Amino acid sequence: MATIVCKRPKLKWHERWFISTFLKGLRITLGHAIAIVRGRKKVTMQYPEEKWDANLPDHYRGAPTLVTDEHGRERCVSCQLCEFICPPRAITITPEEIPSEDKWAKVEKRPQEFKIDMIRCIYCGMCEEVCPEQAIFLRKDYAITGLSRAEMVHDKKKLYEIGGVREGLVNKWNDLK
Amino acid sequence: MGSFLDSINLAYLIASAVKIVFFSFLVILPMVAYSVYAERRVSAIIQDRVGPNRTGIPLTLFGGKKDIPLAGLIQPLADGLKFLLKEDFTPSHVKKFYYWLAPTLVMVPALLTAVVIPFGSELDLSWLTKFGVEGAWVHQPVALVIADLNIGPLFTFAIASLGVYGIVLAGWSSNSKYPFLGGVRSSSQMISYEIALGLSIVPVLMILGDLNLSEIARYQDKNGWLLLPFWGEGLSFGRFVLLIPIAISFVIFVISMFAETNRAPFDLPECETELVAGYHTEYSSMKFALFFMGEYAAMIIGSGLAVTLFLGGWSIPFGGLIEQWTGIQLTYHEGATPWWLGLLHIGSFLIKVVGFIIFFIWVRWTLPRFRYDQLMKLGWLVFFELALANVFLTAVLMLWFRI
Repeated sequence: MATIVCKRPKLKWHERWFISTFLKGLRITLGHAIAIVRGRKKVTMQYPEEKWDANLPDHYRGAPTLVTDEHGRERCVSCQLCEFICPPRAITITPEEIPSEDKWAKVEKRPQEFKIDMIRCIYCGMCEEVCPEQAIFLRKDYAITGLSRAEMVHDKKKLYEIGGVREGLVNKWNDLK
Repeated sequence: MGSFLDSINLAYLIASAVKIVFFSFLVILPMVAYSVYAERRVSAIIQDRVGPNRTGIPLTLFGGKKDIPLAGLIQPLADGLKFLLKEDFTPSHVKKFYYWLAPTLVMVPALLTAVVIPFGSELDLSWLTKFGVEGAWVHQPVALVIADLNIGPLFTFAIASLGVYGIVLAGWSSNSKYPFLGGVRSSSQMISYEIALGLSIVPVLMILGDLNLSEIARYQDKNGWLLLPFWGEGLSFGRFVLLIPIAISFVIFVISMFAETNRAPFDLPECETELVAGYHTEYSSMKFALFFMGEYAAMIIGSGLAVTLFLGGWSIPFGGLIEQWTGIQLTYHEGATPWWLGLLHIGSFLIKVVGFIIFFIWVRWTLPRFRYDQLMKLGWLVFFELALANVFLTAVLMLWFRI
């Protein structure tokens, strides 16, 4: 085994006795203090007042949500693929037939209830990947809080509310409507 | 019995009681609380953080719309409330009596040393006569020191070193290894730095020829501070030469003060990295807070002592010169100090102490902690000898320049 000789710097006497080094240290800390007081330096983000909404990257994986398209159709067809792939089993879907008088009657199904338990959700984004209808997306909401477990379960209404409208998607049901 | 009661000076007793209450509850304890706040804010700005800046008056708790933030100035009160409301847990394996006694033994000496520190020159209360207050006491200026002892610094050192009993007892009675090591370290540290501390002020006492802290402050007010001899008799060549030993003893005094108050870089009794929290590992809630407050109170009193000995106490910098040139009275004249000047002197003293405390904090967040053998070596092999040599140096210089 090769021996590595640790080289220690040779200190002058005033450095060894903390005379010059002490003053140097004081100068460094004072410099930091002055820079902060004059606002020359960035500090931690002041969270509740400043949020990172503006700085989130495009691929940010926030809360999973359901989206409607520009025609106002709820895109989910209750195929339940997301429910099956969801690793922590956070998604529960209750499918429903679409009544024949509905404008989108030719679409297979629609969810009667779509619940995502945000306590279980791990934001992996697999539901988004697996969705054949481009109906579920991980949007940028990250501050998901609640006072009870029940509050943390996002139901269909809440999911559409967060998800909002998403345009420029593939509209494969338009020919059949 | 009657003659004994007559012999008691009632006005003096009342004045002393008022001063005790005023200085301990309205000056020192708020300063303790706010130096904790200052510690947190200053350390934050040194470390590029923000620190506690949003604890305000919580109006929303009482149905208000918005809190009043006040830049976090309510933080010490919130801290105190938190300490009072926390569970006061006593571990089952401790020696109960000493465990309960120890925090008070830290806090009490720290507060007790305050009695000899002069907070200001004197307060003239004769303006009260305009409001119809009568009596002989009104015309007697109040000296702003609780006990005008003739052994000021010695008293302070004697009492301040009692603080180590609290730490040692806390370490021992906790019946646990880390606190025990902390207590042992504290006692040896206290003993080794006590000597350097005592010896370091001997040159000061030789030059001033007095042990009464009020007299020392008065002398410096008239003849220039020890570290700033620019007016009165201080303008002599000898005083400037004496700045060398004074500077040495100032440095030794301040460093020993750091060790005495267990402040970083000498906070070996409680270093978190090696001993968890040292002597107060087993303490919780208000008992822990008493240790904490004791440390800060000791720091404040230490700063007060350093200011009184070396930086002129309550005297206003260059007050003597300003008085010479402009004629505005800024120095102390026995019995003829107007009330506004008295207040100005108190303000001057407090500003110096606050500056010193900020320096304490600044150093704490600059230097890393010393290793234990380094600490001992520094105390016994460097400061002790240096302080002793300094005494002789001062004596020689004083003989040479006939001061």
